[in-house]
Amino acid sequence: MATVTQAGQGRTPKAAKTTSVFKKAVMAVSGIIMLLYLVAHMIGNLKVFTGRENFNHYSEWIRTIGEPAVPAQTVLTIIRIVLLVAVVAHFWAAVSLWRQARRARPERYVVKKAVAQTYAARTMRWGGVIVLLFIIYHLLDLTVGAINPDGDGTPYDRLVASFSNPFITAFYVLALLLLGMHLRHGIWSATQTLGLSNRRRERTANAAAIAFSTLLIAGFLLVPFSVLFGLVD
Amino acid sequence: MTLTLRVWRQKDPSVKGGIVTYELADISPDMSFLEMLDVLNEQLILGGDDPVAFDHDCREGICGMCGVMINGQAHGPEQTTTCQLHMRSFKDGDTITIEPWRASAFPVIKDLAVDRRAFDRIIQAGGYISAPTGTAPEAHSVPVPKKDADAAFDAATCIGCGACVAACPNASSMLFTAAKVTHLGLMPQGQPERDDRVVNMVAQQDREGFGGCTNIGECSASCPKGISMETISRLNHDLLGALRAGVRPKS
Repeated sequence: MATVTQAGQGRTPKAAKTTSVFKKAVMAVSGIIMLLYLVAHMIGNLKVFTGRENFNHYSEWIRTIGEPAVPAQTVLTIIRIVLLVAVVAHFWAAVSLWRQARRARPERYVVKKAVAQTYAARTMRWGGVIVLLFIIYHLLDLTVGAINPDGDGTPYDRLVASFSNPFITAFYVLALLLLGMHLRHGIWSATQTLGLSNRRRERTANAAAIAFSTLLIAGFLLVPFSVLFGLVD
Repeated sequence: MTLTLRVWRQKDPSVKGGIVTYELADISPDMSFLEMLDVLNEQLILGGDDPVAFDHDCREGICGMCGVMINGQAHGPEQTTTCQLHMRSFKDGDTITIEPWRASAFPVIKDLAVDRRAFDRIIQAGGYISAPTGTAPEAHSVPVPKKDADAAFDAATCIGCGACVAACPNASSMLFTAAKVTHLGLMPQGQPERDDRVVNMVAQQDREGFGGCTNIGECSASCPKGISMETISRLNHDLLGALRAGVRPKS
């Protein structure tokens, strides 16, 4: 076709202020920070199997790390600030790239067939939103205790009170499975974004992402299921 | 073969297009997909209708002009170009939906033809080397390790057809840009502009309105030349290194 019209030239897309790859790097680094926290969180959770006293003591210890060199809650506050910054950065990069992608294809295909994408990759965005809502719920439930059936109890009591309810447990399980898929694609994606992957490492990175997220989520799921089935009470 | 074609018809960029259904008989399974469209167009012209506009040039899989979306897949069910796709890949009585590439950076010119000049502008932003042109230099004067030469050649097989953009859920041109960055960045001749190249090409791709890469892999799976996802990792690696070194895109 030699009939090239000039009509398409009217549109001049807004110049990108930050490159999309920089946003992705922000996403990868903030994701890794949150991932490291999740590992510590999962290992900490397993202390529930050592009994009420140990678990409550562990919870108390987190709030007093560094004492008496620094005042109580100093380390915890630093961890919370770092995590909050990571969440905000992750969310900002995601929303910004999401909007860029929507602008990039205003007209959808009548028929579109997926060739290679995994379910995990497809659910990154809405899955991420659901995980964020879950985190807010989870903080209100077990950290603040505002919506916990045993809000005034010790951390151990709150945990048992929440997970004794099958509906709450079901919600946690669902959210954790979503988080697992988010991590499965996220870990692989981060290796690509940070330029650490190549044809040879591609398989390893994907296998490692699957193994790591499965192990992590299995560790998290152990606790609610143990409470639900009466192994912990 | 008898086929039902659902083809995207759009008079020009200013009007809204839509799917129009055509019945087509006596199609040989040995025809290429484009020959089948030629038959459709002859039928349309004989009936006094406007033929379907579609891009094509070499018809031997090396020019990258003939990309269309066939049944929701870039270049159709085989991992090749539309011109190298044959009707034996379909069954008698099939319904085939044919659409143009969809991306705001690839506006529809007419029917199935899109304006892919955004790719040219990405190339202009850095897809070159500053070597004096003229007689080809003696090939052995600049040694290139075999491994790099092979990887650069694999990336250089990109024909710029736009299937990566078309297949990507984000309409990202990352695989295209990454192929060019890899192809030139692995060669000794490409080193002087290596940092500027990656920064400017990525900035241009964002300016053109392509989406961002989320490493889903639809691009590589749809690429008629099978360009690997590792090129994207290499682009990211080069870009982050260049940004750390203080290189900023030209405005």
